[in-house]
Order: sequence, then C-alpha cells, then structure tokens
Amino acid sequence: MKLTLEIWRQPNAQARGQFERYAVENISSDMSFLEMLDVLNEQLTQQGKDPVAFDHDCREGICGMCSLMINGQAHGSDRGVAVCQLHMRRFKDGDTIVIEPWRAKAFPIIKDLVVDRGAFDRIMQAGGYISVSTGQAPEANSIPVKKERAEDAMDAAACIGCGACVAACPNASAMLFVAAKVSHLAKLPQGQLERERRARAMVEAMDHEGFGNCTNHFECMAACPKQIHVKFIALLNREYLKASV
Amino acid sequence: MSLDAHMPTGPLPEQWQRHTLALKLVNPANRRKYRVIIVGTGLAGASAAASLAEMGYSVECFCYQDSARRAHSIAAQGGINAAKNYPNDNDSVERLFHDTIKGGDFRSREANVYRLAQVSNAIIDQCVAQGVPFAREYGGSLANRSFGGAQVSRTFYARGQTGQQLLLGAYQALMRQVAAKRAVVHSRAELLDVVVADGQAAGIIIRDLVTGAITAHAADAVVLATGGYANVFYLSTNATGCNVTATYRAYLKGAFFANPCFTQIHPTCIPMTGHHQSKLTLMSESLRNDGRIWVPMQQGDARSPHQIPEAQRDYFLERKYPAFGNLAPRDIASRSAKEVCDGGRGVGPGGQGVYLDFSDAFGRLGRAVIEERYGNLFEMYAQITGEDPYAAPMRIYPAPHYAMGGLWVDYNLMSTMPGLFVIGEANFSDHGANRLGASALMQGLADGYFILPSTLSDYLARMKPGVATANRPEFSTAAAQIASRVKRLLSIRGKTSVDAFHRELGKLMWNECGMSRSAQSLAKALETIPKLRERFWRDVNVLGGGEELNQALERAGRVADFLEFAELLAQDALHREESCGSHFRIEHQTPDGEAKRDDERFCYVAAWEHKGEGKPPELHKEPLTFDHVQLQQRNYK
Repeated sequence: MKLTLEIWRQPNAQARGQFERYAVENISSDMSFLEMLDVLNEQLTQQGKDPVAFDHDCREGICGMCSLMINGQAHGSDRGVAVCQLHMRRFKDGDTIVIEPWRAKAFPIIKDLVVDRGAFDRIMQAGGYISVSTGQAPEANSIPVKKERAEDAMDAAACIGCGACVAACPNASAMLFVAAKVSHLAKLPQGQLERERRARAMVEAMDHEGFGNCTNHFECMAACPKQIHVKFIALLNREYLKASV
Repeated sequence: MSLDAHMPTGPLPEQWQRHTLALKLVNPANRRKYRVIIVGTGLAGASAAASLAEMGYSVECFCYQDSARRAHSIAAQGGINAAKNYPNDNDSVERLFHDTIKGGDFRSREANVYRLAQVSNAIIDQCVAQGVPFAREYGGSLANRSFGGAQVSRTFYARGQTGQQLLLGAYQALMRQVAAKRAVVHSRAELLDVVVADGQAAGIIIRDLVTGAITAHAADAVVLATGGYANVFYLSTNATGCNVTATYRAYLKGAFFANPCFTQIHPTCIPMTGHHQSKLTLMSESLRNDGRIWVPMQQGDARSPHQIPEAQRDYFLERKYPAFGNLAPRDIASRSAKEVCDGGRGVGPGGQGVYLDFSDAFGRLGRAVIEERYGNLFEMYAQITGEDPYAAPMRIYPAPHYAMGGLWVDYNLMSTMPGLFVIGEANFSDHGANRLGASALMQGLADGYFILPSTLSDYLARMKPGVATANRPEFSTAAAQIASRVKRLLSIRGKTSVDAFHRELGKLMWNECGMSRSAQSLAKALETIPKLRERFWRDVNVLGGGEELNQALERAGRVADFLEFAELLAQDALHREESCGSHFRIEHQTPDGEAKRDDERFCYVAAWEHKGEGKPPELHKEPLTFDHVQLQQRNYK
C-alpha cells in the first residue's frame, strides 16, 4: 500500500506545532499501525530528518501507553482496540491518514505525538486504592465475593489508563477513567470502608487537574479500547452524590 | 571473589522462618533516614516500593515508562500460582515446590524455591485484600485453573488480564505511598549506570527521557527490578522497551551475571507474518487447558484444517506426553512444535505454525463457556491475524518470552555487589533452566511484598543511614562517562538505523543461539557479534540531540548494551555442555530427542564476572545441592 500521512509535529511543549505531510510506500496489510509508523521513521532517518516521536510499549493492547488520534478518532476506527492492535488491513491503498496527539488541556504535549498523562497518576494518588499495607491481609477466601460482583468489578478494572476517553470527549472529561476506578473498588467488599472518601477525593483531584465535565456524549465509551461502559459514570455520579450529602 | 549464597541451615520447611529470625531490624523511628532506590515498577519493583514505604523507609522509584502502571508485568495474561489447595486436588507447598524445581530442570536452589512456594499463599491474600478482582465461583470463593507443568489447578486468574490486575494492585499501593510522601516516582527516567563507592552500591545515574538531563541519585541501597532481556532476540513477547541495560551496567560495575543462556521460548505465540514485524504476541498458556495442539500427519499437507480427517492429524503433545498432554511444560512444548515444523509438517504461511484447536472444547463445553474463559484472547487473535478463531483453529509458534538468567543474588536477594539487590525477572534465582507458567508473577510479588522487605532491612540495619551522597566524586565521574557516551552515539551519524542493527542481532541470536544451539552455531555467533558491534559504533545513525525527548537515542543505548550482552549469553551457552530446560544443545540429547542433563559436570549456577574491557569474563560456579528432592530426568510422559 501507498499512503499519505498528515502528522502533527511539535518539537517540544513550548514550540508551535504544525501538520507535516509524508508519503510511505510498501505498507503490508499485516502490519500494525505502529509498525507502519516504524517504517516511516526508518525512512525519515534515512533522509536525515527527525523521526516522529510517539508513545508505545507492549504493542499487545494492554499497557495503555500508545495514544494516537487517527482521522479524528482516539485509537482509530476499530472498536475495542488500542492503536497498537489496529492493523493496516483497515486502510486502503492511496488513503490519506491524519495523525494527532491526544487533545486535552490536562494532557500537555511533550513532543510530536507524545503527551504527559501524569494527571491520571495524581488522581490515583488521591484515593484510587484500598488502604491495606503488606502483611495485614486475612485469608483470601474469608471474604466471599459474589461471582456477578467480581465480574462487574473486573469490567471496570479492565481500564488500561490510556486516556482515549479524555481525548475523545468534547469536554476533555476524565469521567470514564475515574468512574472505572471508583466502580472497581466500590463493587468489592474490600473497598467499602473508604468508598465515600475515595469518590470525593478522586472527583476533586480530577477537577483540580483541569479535566472537563461529562455532558453525556458517550464518545468516551466509543473510543475506549477496553469498552468500559458509561454505566460506570452513572455509578460514579451516584457514589459522589451519596458521599457529598 | 568467592560466591557465598548465605544459605540458611536446618530442615528445608523451617529455613525461611529461621532465617528471618536471624535478620536484623531497623527501629521504626529510624527507617525514614534510610533512602532506598528502586529501579523498575513492575510487579517486583512496585510491590517492593510500596511495602518498604509502608514500613517507613524513604523510597525513590524510577521507570522508563510514562507511568509506573505500564511496566511490562501488565501484559502477563494467564495467572499466578499458589499452594492454597482450594480445589482439593492434593496440592501443597511441598508439591508446588517440587513441580517448580522439576520444571526448572534442577538448576535452581532448593531453599529459594521452597520459600517461594511457602510465600505464595500470602500473595493471594494480599492481592485479594487490595481488591484484585480474581475470578470467582458462584459461592463467592476464588476460582482456579491449570497451567503447564502441573497436574493440579493452582492458578488464580483475572480473565486474561491477571498481570494487569496484580500490577494495578501494587501500583495502587505505591500511589498511596506517594500521596503519603513516603515514596517518589520518577517516570520517563532511565537508569544508565550504577555507582559504586567503597565497594558498595551507592546510587545510580539517570537520564531524564524528556529533558535529557543526566543526574546522579544516591541511596543507602539500590534495588534493580528491571525485568528480563528477551529482547536481545529483537522479536520477542516483551514490550518494545524491555532491555538489559540496568542489569548489564551493574555487571560491568562488578555484579555477577548468572545463567544468561537460560532464556525461555514460549510455545503459544501468534506466528510471525513478515519482515516488518516489531514484536510477537503471546497468548496465554491457559489456552492449552482446552485447546488441542496438532499438525497434519503428512508433510506439506496444504488442506484446510477442517478437511483433514481425525485419523490424519498428529496430536503430538498428547502422543508423546500422555500424562501431561497439551499441558507439557513450555520448553518441551516449544521444542516439540519446532521439531514438527522442521520436519515439514508446520501449518500456515511459511510452515512455521501448529494448530491450537478448540473444536473439541466447543462440542464438550459450548461456545459460551469458551468465550467466558478465553474470549479476550480469541478477540486478540482475530484482531492481529484477521482470521476468526471460532471458525478455524488458531495457529501458534514459539517465541522468546522470559529470562531465567539474571544477576546473581544470594538468599537475601543481594548481588555480589554489597547494597545492590535484584528482584523479580532481573535476578536468576528461582526458575532454574525453565520457568513454569504462572510462576513469574508469583516470584515478582514474593520478592517485592515479602522477601526483600526483610532482607533489605537486615542490610540497612548494619549500616549508618545517609552515608552515600551524590557529592562524592564517584557520582560525577560516572555521570560524565554517561554524558560522553550519549554524545558519542549522537556524533556517529552513520547510515544504518538503530532498529536495523537490533533486527540483525536478533536474527543472529535466534538462528544460532535460540531454541536449540550447538558448539558450531555458538562459535559462529561469537565470531559475528563483535563485528556487528564494531559496525554499530561506526555506522549507527542517531539523529536529533541529547537534550530532548529522543527515542532513537534511547534505543541506541539499549541496543549497544544488547550487543555486548549477547556475547556473554552465547559464551554461557557454549560453556554449558549439556541440555537442560530452555537450554538445548543439539549435541546433548537422549535417543528420543529429550534434553540430556549432565549433573556430574554441570549441576551448578554459572556466574560470570566482568574482568575489564576486552578481557574474557571469569566463570564462577555455585554448586547446586539437592537434599530434599531427588535429581531425576524430567519425565512428563
């Protein structure tokens, strides 16, 4: 395949960015999207041009490091996969593809397509845990958990923290991420004691980081590579309300 | 220098407890005065950092990713072992110990492995208390499944995302300590050197991957939890950033490197499709619970799998190893797959694949059950290959996956360099020549939550806090050397990209030092590697500057270290004239093609000491003694 790529280039956080246009050839349909970018970078290196910086690591859809807007969609057009698992068979010979970094004030650009998602770590620090120090745990089966509850908690816990929900939201809201975290722990018996405190603290931290609010566009769920359901946002709202009255 | 593993005494089941009684303690009020550096935030690093911070030590963590939560432990799919015996299938600490020792082909320490089995149950308790959403039975109790190399169901799992969920548990515990200001996490920061002062590990040199700033960090102890080196093969199941730099740099500074030739090839990976490929994707070994592995009986049989009648299929693992069947250990399953493919019976493009077939399971259990058990793995396969695994059997092939070798550590997890501790995959100690499934997560968390906090405290209790400061000349010298190395990489401006060198090295290692090796192939590798290295330093093309985010520069440093480490790996493989576990020398096999160990001559840990640039490393041997288990040929038939 032969493709034209329109890629956001920005040397650092302070510099002004702009789109640059590149042509790539010999793209096989078996390549992943990131492997296609590897080919571009090899080509740029050969030409003595600075390769495009982009985040990636496990390349099997679980580490949550990759983060590209492809033709305006977070992680591209495939539902339920991270961009590392998007394959070039989804594109046609001669296509033009627009590639941008995550777009959100709370995710400042570091270089090209790389953004700083430290805000997510800080939200977690505000209360995204159960306060149990090593060595304090009771026998595992002494706390039975209903199978359906455990499955529900797992549905929420599957969040990989990639930030696609934020990038896809017109308000750059982090509600789906925070909802997934709060719901995971609120669903389990172990998480009950800190449940209210956690919901309050995490929502406050989210606001403090400069994420927008949820106005029910549901773009987050559409973009989420783990298909985290927006029902968890409803749950978060309920948790927050309960914790605040 | 002699190797003293500080092994405990007394009967095996009591050794760890007796040992901990002899370990010194630090008064809680004094703990915050001790600074501990932990490099790597995977299962081992994050759990160690959280636990030590909870105890009151001042902890500083470093990882190259943008968040501690992204360490490669996150990709472990299948599960974690423990000897809980919940399924009432006669499991016990003793049995887990025995399976692990045997699985490692009797090349690990009895005392370490026994301790691992003992600690395993507390790990499950700890993770459940943190809110890890393990799979459950309808009655609310924890569910289990089976993994390779075991005849009991002792594996705990959270769908196909067990590693992620366990890591999030440890990461959340660490985030809690960051909020409490007892731990600091530096992300996008890479270790480029270990600093030694007065013969002790005194700190590290870091490159900030965003600004390029090279800084020195002092501590009372340094812990490496930096994972494995399987990316020396270029194509592996590891994340693209996984590297050997931290452990190799420590080796250059005096820590011994043990058993580098023990690298595991995992049997259930998605086969390679072409030259462009940047990594291989693993699918959980748990698939082998219900999937049956086969190839056509006839060479070159190009029919679709549905057209090949039952009688013309060879379920080679079930045929060769009836007792374990498709759950034969990884080294054995991998080698068997290679054998049938080498014999011209491989399936798929290029003939480098075998079928993993669920059609029996669909009939026996129904599609819904299979979907519940493995649904995400089926989706992942479909996404990567563009084929529907519900309609036709999957194709799998072995790929480099896990490093059993690593820095040598004693029973306290301390390397030969005082003050340098090594945990998780980065050390060599618990898996011998082969790692059984679901035991990597167990070791990472055992080291981090339970073992290191005790043994590190003992080390700190014997010294004054704050002795090492970054003002010492050793730090500025090391930082200056690193800065000049970075400058050198940027000044070459040759014609060949970093990745091209990495690919070439990987191909060489896979062909000559991969799933099977011979004296001849290893000699070839040892002859070629220095030439490739020389070409790298002459012709590598790293653009951009040092004072910015420069991903090609990051990779160049890692590949430069791989190019040296590869030689050590091949050397270790050459010297070990026997076959064991994941090290298969074709000169040493039984008449029916199984690995032939040589306990008379090689029942030891090979620990290599760096003797200076251009000089051959010196081999030290730590003899392995087995009092509790009997050395036997591994038999899974």
